[in-house]
Amino acid sequence: MLVIKDLKVSIDGEEILKGINLEVRAGELHAIMGPNGSGKSTLASVLAGRELYEVTSGKVTYKDQDLLEKSPEERAKEGLFLGFQYPIEIPGVSMVNFMKTAINEMRKHRGEEPLSASEFLKKMREKKDLVEISSSLTNRSVNEGFSGGEKKKNEIFQMAMLEPDLAILDETDSGLDIDALRIVARGVNNLKSPHNATIVITHYQRLLDYIVPDFVHVLYNGRIVKSGGKELALLLEEKGYEWINAEEVNQ
Amino acid sequence: MSTITENISLKEQFLELYRNKSGEIAANSAPLMNALRDNAIGKLEKLGFPDRKKEDYLYADINSVFRQDLEKSFGEQKINFNIREIFHCDVPHLDTSLLLLVNGRFYNNGQELRELPGGVIAGSMKQAAKDYPEIVEKHYGRYSGNSKDGLVALNTAFAQDGIFVYAPPGVRSEKPVQIVNIMISDTGQMAQHRNLFIEGEDAGLNIVVCDHSLSAHRFLTNSVNEVFAGERAQINLTRIQNEHNGSTQITHSYSHQEAGSHLASNIISLHGGFIRNNVFVKMNGEHAENHSMGLYLADKNQYIDNFVFIDHSSPNCFSNQLYKGVLDDTALGAFTGRILVERDAQKTNAYQSNNSILMTDDARMYSRPQLEIYADDVKCSHGSTLGQLDEDALFYMRSRGINHREARLLLMFAFAHDVIKNIRVKALRERIDHLVNKRLRGELSRCNNCAMQCG
Amino acid sequence: MQKDQDQILNEVTSGEYKFGFYTDIEHDSIAKGLNEEVIRLISGKKDEPDFMLEFRLKAYRHWLTMKMPEWAHLKIPEINYQDQIYYSAPVQKAKLESLDEVDPQLLETFNKLGIPLEEQKHLAGVAVDAVMDSVSVKTTFKETLAELGIIFCSFSEAVREYPDLVRKYMGSVVPYTDNYFAALNSAVFSDGSFCYIPKGVRCPMELSTYFRINAANTGQFERTLIVAEDKSYVSYLEGCTAPMRDENQLHAAIVEIVAMENAEVKYATVQNWYPGNKEGKGGIYNFVTKRGICKGDNSRISWTQIETGSAITWKYPSVILRGHNSTGEFYSVAVTNNHQQADTGTKMIHIGKNTKSIIVSKGISAGVSNNSYRGLVKVLRGAGNARNFSQCDSLLLGDKCGAHTFPYIESANHSAIIEHEATTSKIGEDQIFYCNQRGISTEDAIGLIINGYAKEVLNKLPMEFAVEAQKLLQISLEGSVG
Repeated sequence: MLVIKDLKVSIDGEEILKGINLEVRAGELHAIMGPNGSGKSTLASVLAGRELYEVTSGKVTYKDQDLLEKSPEERAKEGLFLGFQYPIEIPGVSMVNFMKTAINEMRKHRGEEPLSASEFLKKMREKKDLVEISSSLTNRSVNEGFSGGEKKKNEIFQMAMLEPDLAILDETDSGLDIDALRIVARGVNNLKSPHNATIVITHYQRLLDYIVPDFVHVLYNGRIVKSGGKELALLLEEKGYEWINAEEVNQ
Repeated sequence: MSTITENISLKEQFLELYRNKSGEIAANSAPLMNALRDNAIGKLEKLGFPDRKKEDYLYADINSVFRQDLEKSFGEQKINFNIREIFHCDVPHLDTSLLLLVNGRFYNNGQELRELPGGVIAGSMKQAAKDYPEIVEKHYGRYSGNSKDGLVALNTAFAQDGIFVYAPPGVRSEKPVQIVNIMISDTGQMAQHRNLFIEGEDAGLNIVVCDHSLSAHRFLTNSVNEVFAGERAQINLTRIQNEHNGSTQITHSYSHQEAGSHLASNIISLHGGFIRNNVFVKMNGEHAENHSMGLYLADKNQYIDNFVFIDHSSPNCFSNQLYKGVLDDTALGAFTGRILVERDAQKTNAYQSNNSILMTDDARMYSRPQLEIYADDVKCSHGSTLGQLDEDALFYMRSRGINHREARLLLMFAFAHDVIKNIRVKALRERIDHLVNKRLRGELSRCNNCAMQCG
Repeated sequence: MQKDQDQILNEVTSGEYKFGFYTDIEHDSIAKGLNEEVIRLISGKKDEPDFMLEFRLKAYRHWLTMKMPEWAHLKIPEINYQDQIYYSAPVQKAKLESLDEVDPQLLETFNKLGIPLEEQKHLAGVAVDAVMDSVSVKTTFKETLAELGIIFCSFSEAVREYPDLVRKYMGSVVPYTDNYFAALNSAVFSDGSFCYIPKGVRCPMELSTYFRINAANTGQFERTLIVAEDKSYVSYLEGCTAPMRDENQLHAAIVEIVAMENAEVKYATVQNWYPGNKEGKGGIYNFVTKRGICKGDNSRISWTQIETGSAITWKYPSVILRGHNSTGEFYSVAVTNNHQQADTGTKMIHIGKNTKSIIVSKGISAGVSNNSYRGLVKVLRGAGNARNFSQCDSLLLGDKCGAHTFPYIESANHSAIIEHEATTSKIGEDQIFYCNQRGISTEDAIGLIINGYAKEVLNKLPMEFAVEAQKLLQISLEGSVG
């Protein structure tokens, strides 16, 4: 579904990603771990099409098409979803209006009729229950005045609404208490199917107690320095990133 | 005619006009209104027309709009068409008491002045000055009287009619009084009407003013509104300016608020050639509250200029100004907001905010948010931003599959809705939302049954 | 509690002006009055080349056609320009060994002001040009600086020694037609400082000019010109004081700064002209035109001002951002007390692409004074991606003063982002209570809060000055807080 080959990315002339290789197939759940500043969020933003970053070399194919050529909205319409680390507040734009516009844009892209108001509201109700997000939140402006946990739940709610083929969750667990973490994890697990894939980006192993990855990658200093199964996450938790550091030096 | 007058100052032209026409002006008006004319013309002689050397009119070219060749008529107006056939307001579910002004004169539909259900009296200003002299005399010219603006003096000297609305003490009317101000003619026209809205103690009023131009000629309106809100009175004023590019509209609004009164005004400038709105508010009693808001959407070479002056002369009052706008093509926008807190107006809370978005490099915006404060125990702040749509918000929306154009429109609409959401009459608020949406999409935002092709 | 506060406020703000003494020294003064003859006389006394005289006369003739500006929020009593002395120089009596020596009486005067003119005594790292009335008395460290190619001397000397440089840059930032007071200064200016930093040179010490008015009935009209060539750097300080007198004295100065590619100029002022007495009698009328141009790409000009003196201040240090990526900064603390009036702020004119400007203004009003911020941010059509941020705060001490904010924001570029914020407040009783509760006296709490309020600006001053400025703030407000 997603193939990243030797991806190098800079911002303001400084190289952040120094050659990333990664392949994600349908039905898989990947976790990317790494210390602060290793380039995790940069990778997520580049995949979603943030223009701030300059791709200096490499190739990313998504559903057998060149991903980097596409605009952010084209990527989204093709089923790529980014859960933001810091969801943006958009004062004055209601959640309902925001989601309705997004869903109908996707339906249009797929050649489907737009949802009627009642169909849309029904869908909203279903998905709301899934992530235990209260109605009062969806009646407000996008993320405005939401607490940190509410913002993250709102990201998962949007993911549920948009039913992406590839979801990239950027530090969705940070700042969550244990209950919110469970809700977020349940949302992710429920949405998982053999047809879609998920990349979870996280700093801590904690989230992986609830979301069990098929693969774990360690991103360090702009490179994936280690890949393995879910046991790698446990190893990291036990030995810390210092261990990777030492290994890297030994190599 | 215009060739001869080119070298004569505007002031001289209008003084001359007054000398020639004062008899006719008075004959078609009311004694109470006539009583102020000579004094006003003296003031005009002293003050002259505002020009760009005056700080208050720094960006407005008043001279050139007044130099247009426009007919100024003071006799009886001949209207040889049925206004009600041409004009029908199509705001759905808006149940209003409708009053019409045609070219600045009250359009007589058989009744000059009537008592609306609940006891509100509304109709012709001229007639009210005859029928209710004791009320009119107490208020007419009182709140604009200290103005240093020659255009206010000009209006006082020439205005013959307008709209009078009176809510006696304790009368609260939910049903809005809708004033439709129509310019229609087969030549260019200048109109100067005068409105007076009075509310007794504990009264409540909703007033909606719609400005329309219904024929493709050049129009200039220079109107003065005086508003008196008695103690604990509540008043919501909404103005929708929707005239064509060849029209000039200069409005002067003077509101006088007594203790505990609450006044909310929203000026929605959807369309027009040259618009200048002067809003003056005097907080004359404690615990009065004022909300002055405006939205301006300008494109092509339109000019929209809002000037707001809130005078806090009593303690414990609250005022809030919010003006927002989008400027496209080669449009020019201006905003001046001044909060004056007088020496004794302790515990004043006053806020002011002006936000504009420029869509092109040919559009311009001038913003002057000003504070003048003479009391120390106050909370005052102002902010002004000038810029473009939030790139982060745009990206967030695009990452959800919303295309760039749609995302921009949604953001602009949200930007505008900040002002619209303050309009209290629901049907009107929804209608304005709809009109603004269409306007931002570049579709014509005129009312459907209006014959005028705005733009 | 309130009463105590008022009393302390009163004590804190009734501080005396510390620099109000007069030096009894003989002055070589010309007669009162202003006309072409007087201008020729000044030019003659300074032994100026013809181009200077012509410049002065042109400016004077233009001035005659102009009117006093009236837009400021100031009440300016009518000024009789014929009742002023336009040139007055202290006469050095003692027999001097060399030209570099200074009359001991003058040395003493500057010592008393805290400005020792003997290099060995002076604060390391600060070179001073000391100006009294119409002439420069002494410029220190001239030779040390000359080794690096830096020219630092009095304006009169520059006119004689470097006429080409003066001719090239004088009036290029502030033309004599600019405004009423600029025209007046251009006609009658007496002395001031000149500073030239050659390509690639970082000036190793702070340069400073100290202006002192001494003689009575005399106006001071100084002129400063700073030129920073490519990749150079200089930090400049300016201080000023005057004796206490019952009559008002006029001060109309011009400062011009030119910054070429990658150059950086920092200009700091601690303005402490005599503010007049508590009843509003006397004091300096301070009408100043200060402007810099960021001529080259990536250049930077920063104005910092601590305005505590003068009866009337009319002053708008500005930056023209011509070069791409250039930056203009304005940091200001303006204090008015008793009957003082200030109308001060800045202008940032964005012409080049990616230009940035920052405005931080902190006004403090006490007594029956009026303090206004007036600032223009103008973005021209070609100034793509221009950015401005302005923060203008006012603090009112007492209920008889005024604090005003008059920003002008003009944009003609859609990619420009301009933000302006302003707040007006008083010192919160809860803030004072919180301090009290931690054992801090009300008086100290007020000092603390005011210095905290002004900190953002004070931090921009060089160390030695920052301490002085902090003390000055407290003195200016002594007896006013509550």
